[in-house]
Amino acid sequence: MDSEIESVQKGISQLYSDYPRLTPNVFCDFYVRVFPPSGLRRFFRKQVLFAFDQFVPFKPLPYAQAFPFFEWGLNWCISGYSHQFLIIHAAVVEKHGNALILPGTPGSGKSTLCAALINKGWRLLSDELTLIDCQTGLITPVPRPVSLKNQSIELIANAFPHNQFSSVVHDTLKGSVTLMKPPAESISRADEIAAPCLVVFPKFQHQSSLNLTALPKAEAFMKLADLSFNYSVLGAEGFSLLADLVERCRVYDFVYDGNFDQASDCFEQLLGDFGRG
Amino acid sequence: MKDAVFMILFTTEISIKHRIVLNNYWAILGVGNIPSKLLVNQLIVYKNTIQLSDEEWELLLRQARAAGVISRLAFFWKEFGLLAPPNFVAPHLNSAYKYWMSQKRLVNWELYNLQQIFEQLQLPLILLKGTAYLAANLNAGLGRVFSDIDILVPKHRLQDVKERLKWHGWYPEKMDGYDRRYYERWMHELPPMRHVQRGTTLDVHHNILPETCTLCPEAELLLKAAVKIPGSDCWVLAPEDMILHSASHLFWGGEFDNGLRDLSDMDLLLREFSRNDMGFWQKLLGRANVLGMARPLFYALRYSVKMLHTPVPDAVLQNPALTVSGGFKNRVMDMLFIPALMPIHPSCSDRWTGFARWLLYIRSHWLKMPWYLLILHLSRKAWMRLTGKEQH
Repeated sequence: MDSEIESVQKGISQLYSDYPRLTPNVFCDFYVRVFPPSGLRRFFRKQVLFAFDQFVPFKPLPYAQAFPFFEWGLNWCISGYSHQFLIIHAAVVEKHGNALILPGTPGSGKSTLCAALINKGWRLLSDELTLIDCQTGLITPVPRPVSLKNQSIELIANAFPHNQFSSVVHDTLKGSVTLMKPPAESISRADEIAAPCLVVFPKFQHQSSLNLTALPKAEAFMKLADLSFNYSVLGAEGFSLLADLVERCRVYDFVYDGNFDQASDCFEQLLGDFGRG
Repeated sequence: MKDAVFMILFTTEISIKHRIVLNNYWAILGVGNIPSKLLVNQLIVYKNTIQLSDEEWELLLRQARAAGVISRLAFFWKEFGLLAPPNFVAPHLNSAYKYWMSQKRLVNWELYNLQQIFEQLQLPLILLKGTAYLAANLNAGLGRVFSDIDILVPKHRLQDVKERLKWHGWYPEKMDGYDRRYYERWMHELPPMRHVQRGTTLDVHHNILPETCTLCPEAELLLKAAVKIPGSDCWVLAPEDMILHSASHLFWGGEFDNGLRDLSDMDLLLREFSRNDMGFWQKLLGRANVLGMARPLFYALRYSVKMLHTPVPDAVLQNPALTVSGGFKNRVMDMLFIPALMPIHPSCSDRWTGFARWLLYIRSHWLKMPWYLLILHLSRKAWMRLTGKEQH
């Protein structure tokens, strides 16, 4: 990672401070850079670019979005160049070695729920990318900052005030965005893989009671395939991986109204059942 | 380490069946590699014995990615065991390999669909470049990735083809009136077409170089010589024409984003064709003369020999039909082409590389267009850029 941009440096030193420092000459998977374009755009309506090594895959964004851009860019690197995993657009957390996958389209409240759960003792595996190892079917953690948007920023900041957040960036494609520092424990245990046990499609709905509906396996399969970044790249392998995943997990639709305690208890109970059953 | 370039390229050489030789970039610097033999699935291969340090592996990966040959690298690891990547490199190669496999599936599916359309049109489906290598099972198709499918049709059927493709969901990509007219009037292809559902891009060519280019061959000759791929309904250019197309594309095209990959394609093609056909070199020289493309062929042979050690007989390299320019000009061109053909990566560039690529870009425009058209075209482009109507 290389950036001369202050907000990026600050974001990284703030949110990545629990990561071990690399020794020199250690192998790196991705070389990324966030930098202002050359020329006149340095002075007027400043912009920022993201580069994967020397390759610049995206159009520039406004300068203020530099730090979230780094996070999005890194997600793009992982999802585009890691086909040794089946990658699902889902948050994933773990308790007692059992992983809970929270897939969801943008706006469904998966990151909010994920942020809440890791504040309630669940281990963060990933907020954005569920990496299912093609060989083992187990989940490889990528614990990185949790991205919070719009109303959920305040919601999480109020509910769990001891967390550290990067400064809020407004007017991005996704609205207002901030990133929450992942718990130190999740980072120190980043090498511990977890077995997928539970898949829950969350949906945030005001003033609704908590509602859990078991989802038919076939429907769950189609929904997950739809949310996978590289299902089609993996072909038959992707199909059998996803079939295995759906086979070994319980799958639910889950409507909640922001009562995180209730949600956490509910999932814990489901995992407990899983352990016994 | 600073200037050392570790670009491993893969080349196929003459043998009873296939015999694959792993060349590395040191070869360019005059340091040969010493391979040992290994038999894999009836393929006689040489095993790479080069020991790379962790840092070198990392750099290799980055350069291979930059040059667009990472899938080719992965292929030779997975299929032929030519490399022994350490644990931290293997997943990246694995990933690239899977990506290539998925592309192959996708292309086969697209070709299947195009075949139906071309059957209705009663035209042979003639494939060009990467698509052709893959469909014809040529070595150059191994681990070869590309972003669009290229086909060749007779110019008088262009409108027909376009209409029929539209019926099947292929639509021209949006562009402004000037660009569209420019394509129609001067280019050797239709504006790229994209499939509405599948998003695949299709380039429909009616020649292999723009018509404004003095080197533009008679398309009729290319069409007539095209050959059917055995066991398939697809066609490809004759072997010699395939080389000449690749050569003109690389050395007259002016874009080097995938320069090394294209050179490696040419190397693989030359090795394979000359192995299968003893008279290939003579045919190639003859064809270059008929089509008036001796010049790009000269560069293609010169640089594939210089950079990838393609076994081109001396008699061919010294053939008077090819050696049309003197030593000084060749030295100048070496200074431009060799850096320009390197992977686009900081570890392979020096302060002149960008300038060399820029000069070659200008040269390609000069070669492709008469000066009056060039001035008109460039001034319009400059104006569009100045007024902010065009972003690139």
